[in-house]
Amino acid sequence: MNATKKVAVFRREHFNAAHRIFNPAWDDRKNAEVFGKCSNPNYHGHNYELVVKVTGVPDPDTGYVMDMKRLSQITKEEVLDKFDHRNLNLDTAYFRDLNPTAEHIAIVIYDLLRARIDPALDLKVRLYETERNFVEYPA
Amino acid sequence: MVYLTRVEHFNAAHKLYNPDWSLEKNDEVFGKCANENWHGHNYDLFVTIKGEPDPDTGFLFDVKRLSGIIREYVIEKLDHKNLNIEVDFLQGKMCSTENLVIGIWQQLAPHIPSQVRLHGIKLYETPRIYVEYFGE
Repeated sequence: MNATKKVAVFRREHFNAAHRIFNPAWDDRKNAEVFGKCSNPNYHGHNYELVVKVTGVPDPDTGYVMDMKRLSQITKEEVLDKFDHRNLNLDTAYFRDLNPTAEHIAIVIYDLLRARIDPALDLKVRLYETERNFVEYPA
Repeated sequence: MVYLTRVEHFNAAHKLYNPDWSLEKNDEVFGKCANENWHGHNYDLFVTIKGEPDPDTGFLFDVKRLSGIIREYVIEKLDHKNLNIEVDFLQGKMCSTENLVIGIWQQLAPHIPSQVRLHGIKLYETPRIYVEYFGE
């Protein structure tokens, strides 16, 4: 088998979380104007769907780019255990000073996973906030 | 008899927490769903009406108008809201999907026009968990 043939493997996970999109430096009126209903001070929520993409050359011994059970475990430890059934603004340190938009959540998730995955493998994260709105990082 | 379904959706925060119980009991019964600071869902709402097609229009009922009714009496109250704090018809009730679907039925039923009947409501809390209510 050609040692340079790269394959992308994907793992899908989900977490259910509350959040609020707002800029604390702005007043309520400006937040409502810019962010609309998403700035509700009492929070709202989503079923987030996360797709983790890892790309590399399959290992000649295992045939795996990466053991998907291990990827699932890493994602559970680094993402789900921290975000699932939580309030992203109140219950996590990552969003105390960072607006938990899907964009920022995707970057935070990427950074958490990147630290645990072999640097020889490429990593990309796609995050669905709803069925119609999703982000990808790195773009 | 023809059944017509309109699908709407709303994104909301909630928690399952019985204020008469201790923290420990809430954790034991509801697990992560009892998180004090809430969590959230993208809810998918399926509203089914039934009747006979009108001979002039071929419609059971104008589905754009049905969507307007659902939006006015349900979605506006729930979308991007905190179900525990901000929803009048859930006050004093546990914020389960079961109680939510019953509450939605009660909000909608008085506004369904007389030429059709409200048959059922299906509410997905997640892709794997949904409830149905038929008004019984």
